[in-house]
Amino acid sequence: MNDKQLVISAKGLTKKFGDFVANDHLDFDVFQGEIFGFLGANGAGKTTAIKILCGLSIPTSGDINVAGYDVYTETEQIKSNIGYMSQRFSLYPDLTVSENIRFYGGIYGLGWKEIKQKRKKLIEKLGLVEERNGLISDIPLGWKQKLAFSIAIMHEPKIVFLDEPTGGVDPVTRRMFWDMIYEVSESGTTVFVTTHYMDEAEYCNRVCIMDEGKIVALDTPEELKRNYHAQNMNEVFIKIAR
Amino acid sequence: MINIFQITKKYESTTALDSVSFQVDDGELFGVIGPDGAGKTTLFRIITSLLLPDSGKVMVNGLDVIKDYREIRKITGYMPGRFSLYQDLTVEENLQFYATVFGTSVKKNYDLIKDIYSHIEPFKNRLAGKLSGGMKQKLALSCALIHRPQLLILDEPTTGVDAVSRKEFWDMLKKIQREGITVLVSTPYMDEALLCERVVFMEKAKILAMDSPQGLIKAYSRDLVSVSADDMHRLVVDLRKYPDVNSALLFGHEVHYTSRSGRINKDELINYLQKERHNNIKFRKIKPGIEDRFLELIS
Amino acid sequence: MKSFFGFVKKEFLHIFRDPRTMLVLFGMPVALVLIFGYVVTNEIKDIPIAVLDHSKDEMTREITQKIISSGYFKLMAELTSSNDVEAMMLKGDIKEVIIFEPGFAVSLQKDGKADVQLLADASDPNTANLIVNYTKGILFDYLNKQNQAGTSYQFDTRVRMVYNQSLKGVYMFVPGTMAMILMLISAMMTSISIAREKELGTMEVLMVSPLKPFQIIIGKVIPYIVLSFINAVVIILLGFFVFGLPVRGSLVLLLAENLLFISLALSLGILISTVSESQQVAMFISLFALMLPTILLSGFIYPIENMPVILQVISYAMPPKYFIIIIKDIMIKGEGLGLVWEETLILFGMMIFFLLIAVKRFKTRLE
Repeated sequence: MNDKQLVISAKGLTKKFGDFVANDHLDFDVFQGEIFGFLGANGAGKTTAIKILCGLSIPTSGDINVAGYDVYTETEQIKSNIGYMSQRFSLYPDLTVSENIRFYGGIYGLGWKEIKQKRKKLIEKLGLVEERNGLISDIPLGWKQKLAFSIAIMHEPKIVFLDEPTGGVDPVTRRMFWDMIYEVSESGTTVFVTTHYMDEAEYCNRVCIMDEGKIVALDTPEELKRNYHAQNMNEVFIKIAR
Repeated sequence: MINIFQITKKYESTTALDSVSFQVDDGELFGVIGPDGAGKTTLFRIITSLLLPDSGKVMVNGLDVIKDYREIRKITGYMPGRFSLYQDLTVEENLQFYATVFGTSVKKNYDLIKDIYSHIEPFKNRLAGKLSGGMKQKLALSCALIHRPQLLILDEPTTGVDAVSRKEFWDMLKKIQREGITVLVSTPYMDEALLCERVVFMEKAKILAMDSPQGLIKAYSRDLVSVSADDMHRLVVDLRKYPDVNSALLFGHEVHYTSRSGRINKDELINYLQKERHNNIKFRKIKPGIEDRFLELIS
Repeated sequence: MKSFFGFVKKEFLHIFRDPRTMLVLFGMPVALVLIFGYVVTNEIKDIPIAVLDHSKDEMTREITQKIISSGYFKLMAELTSSNDVEAMMLKGDIKEVIIFEPGFAVSLQKDGKADVQLLADASDPNTANLIVNYTKGILFDYLNKQNQAGTSYQFDTRVRMVYNQSLKGVYMFVPGTMAMILMLISAMMTSISIAREKELGTMEVLMVSPLKPFQIIIGKVIPYIVLSFINAVVIILLGFFVFGLPVRGSLVLLLAENLLFISLALSLGILISTVSESQQVAMFISLFALMLPTILLSGFIYPIENMPVILQVISYAMPPKYFIIIIKDIMIKGEGLGLVWEETLILFGMMIFFLLIAVKRFKTRLE
């Protein structure tokens, strides 16, 4: 992994809200094309860290570089080099599939021709040809999530951040979603994903487990399972938390 | 305890429940397993008499949910999907409020909730809005139990809660069941199905199967193998191109593979993969899990 | 019964724990009364007027001088002919013309009576009314001083409102603000607090509890009745002590009418909550369906008589209209129930009507 290019480097990432320390000296590196999992209970500090890496929030201290840019001073450059999708990321339910694609394409600064091209490809790939002029509110959740993901990577970012992307989706759709993630990572895009489905942690190349604002483990799923003598990641998580 | 007979519920154009029937016995820990949008919440709202079905009949403890809803409401404890807590009241105030609303007192039924409430009692003066997900869940459960219901209905109680809290929560449900309370619980997590005595699989407004978790797994008929190789993504893609493929699905760092004929010829498959230049191929026959069964049912 | 009190207690806790709610409940009424009060009372300053003095004697000059030196008015022109009046008014240069009859001082000394005509530009009726009242005040003040000197004089002031002849009392900000605040707090706050429970999901649990729908409604409403009532008292006190607005009629009757109006507003609030699923929707409906009509169509700011016929008809359906009439009659005219019973009955009828729909619509189920 080390021969690959470094896309995220965090040294001593710390974020405080008053007395509350949401992120306490986090150190981690993420490499190009990697699927990096961020695990932890609600309130462990996952979302805070993601916000900092996306340039939405300034850290209290630490040296952090994302896609080669500094999170203190170059947040605008960071934003144009990343894609972001969260569980709450919602496409506009009162716009059609193709209107949503056009809108986000415009936001990411793509040209009109480029949007048109990509839209056609994307709709075909997702099998939404018949639904392209249907409202988002009428298409099933699984498809919405796949569409949201495709839109988040439409401008070919270096890194895509996925904040709990698969919450509440059926197991088949979840797997199709992960197929897409693999495909994107194959093409060289780094995928930074948070989840609380422990079995999904096993799809990641490396996982980072957080607890109360600190990193308590960071390794490949195989190594973690070996070190904690666990059958699966769920056991690893429970053993670490105790 | 609960007898559901062919209930159907439509919202404008979408069907939330399509002729759903099942029974829950007295004292059972019964699970409704299915993804979001399968119809679990609508089903629970009908059982708690919050919604009326378009057709069909639901009896709870011999009472009709439409006619006798007042009686049913007295014997049911209900915990909706979003923890129904008042964020601006303290832990203790929430518990006391629900106790008085149900015409009882915290003292009277304290022994029932003691195991659960003792975890959060040290924070009893903290506002409910300031609790962690796991603590909110415990408080909401205490509130739903405070009037010692005969039937406890929990709608996705473990969604968004960390793995440790989830495990503790299921231990609590077992204890509640031992108190003689019937527990009906819904969840999108397949692995939690194993913790129930009986489950129904729900998907797209329909019941796919109803049995004990072991019974469901036993019904799995095909050969199932786990395959892994260095390049997992390419492996999945290539397995799906294999002529006899029925399904090739990612399970962590393995692919669960089944064939259309039901039987799998190991040598032929490995040959094929080697021809596609896969390295480090691992192949083993495995026993199906509950998730394999669900995937088989919905595919 | 115990479960009911538990419910009421919880509502009070919600209110006392939310600084914003407390601010809306207690800060806003005071602020609104003061703002409306001062905006209305401070309007009179350097108002351009003209004098048409047909008499030109010592007394008319003295009066004119007094009016100008009051600071409220500025003399723009001394007219010589009544032909000029219309032209100047139309141009908007002056807001009022004071016309003294020929031989003013003579007839005052001889008959103890003289005519003054006040012509006001009532295109802005509130200001016109104020200007006339101020002018009258100065005239009578002058008269009083003369009378103290031993003579008994009497003015016959004739007021003519130009462009808006039928203008009646609009200087009514205290009753108007009262209607507005009670409507806002009672209706908006209850509808929001019920909608909040729907958003939180706690309403689901309350519905499956043994509490009956009317118990939930009453429990929600009681704290707001108490707090709105306190507010009504605060406004009356503010009106009395800060703006010198008297309570000439029966205080008990006044408070009882307030209670009636509060109950009416609350039943509207519950009705709104039955149709809104979120706090936002509840707030929008309250603002547009209740607040705007209260301000615009109740005669609080814009006189109903000046409105197009269709709006006048609609205004008959506005509860605040009746409330303002009642409060005005009791506070300023000092009337008793004998005069306001009709309006009271209308309000009572409206309350029963809305309450019945609200309870009927407040379902025991989710749809």
